[in-house]
Amino acid sequence: MKETAYWTWFIIAGIVILVIAGLHMVVMHLPMFGVFNPESGAVTDWGNVAFRSQNQFLAFTYIILLGAVLYHGFYGLRTIVFELGPKKSFQDGFTVILWIVGLVLFGIGTYAAIAAKALETAL
Amino acid sequence: MANKQFDNHLGIVGWLGGGRWGVERYLYILHRLTGLGLLLFLLMHIFASSVRMYGPESWGVAMAILKNPVFKLGEFCVFVIFAFHALNGIRLIFIELGLAVGRAEEPVYPYKSSLNNQRPLMVVAMVLVAILIVAGGYNTFFGSH
Ligand code: HEM
Repeated sequence: MKETAYWTWFIIAGIVILVIAGLHMVVMHLPMFGVFNPESGAVTDWGNVAFRSQNQFLAFTYIILLGAVLYHGFYGLRTIVFELGPKKSFQDGFTVILWIVGLVLFGIGTYAAIAAKALETAL
Repeated sequence: MANKQFDNHLGIVGWLGGGRWGVERYLYILHRLTGLGLLLFLLMHIFASSVRMYGPESWGVAMAILKNPVFKLGEFCVFVIFAFHALNGIRLIFIELGLAVGRAEEPVYPYKSSLNNQRPLMVVAMVLVAILIVAGGYNTFFGSH
């Protein structure tokens, strides 16, 4: 039962990634739809980066994307490793390690999003 | 890590051969490899994009490094594997939900393979991948940004 729930979340995360990473592609690579890139230069120019960092909607969706992508990616890695047939004790330890690494990376990315939003130079 | 429980367990070597399962079996390997590739990219991407919290100077230094043409090529490769993984992933979700696999039938000899029913979905998905790759390549190498 628990494994089915893990798997269902993995598929839901895949769909969430499709939507939000799709949006991310449009924002970053099709600047003609320029609401999120008000300055005329490259999308990676500081003015545009600062503008996007200040945007509540983008900050929120990127944090959701970060969570979805870490969960989906690490669950996928876990499936691959488990399929190679390691012992139950290895499987349990590996799952715990993936949760810890995933949560730490989620913490770093979320902190960066919040810290960038708070930057004074961005205003 | 050979599994002694199952004597047909081939481990990583088993990834390479598609046997008689056809092209979908090779797409499964590609899905796996692209998934791992995306995960590797994601880890680098989290750290690179987090640099923005240190302000414009640090951001400028990071961007100067990423201007290198090697990274431009890398960016395109990430797009290619993303396009494949995303569309093949949608195909797999369809199939796992029992969509586009044809109706269930009595197993009467000569048996039909459900793979034949699934094939059009695979072709549509791969054509869309090809279109996205061409469009993405044009945008990456000839786009205005
Ligand atoms: C674009 C949206 C995405 C969709 C729709 C998607 C969909 C899927 C699906 C349906 C599977 C399961 C395949 C199966 O059941 O055999 C899968 C596997 C996987 N995905 Fe994704 N995915 C997406 C993005 C990503 C990203 C961004 C990453 C990396 C962080 C990733 C990493 C993986 C890995 C490692 C696997 C495991 C492959 C395996 O078990 O062989 N995926 N994906």
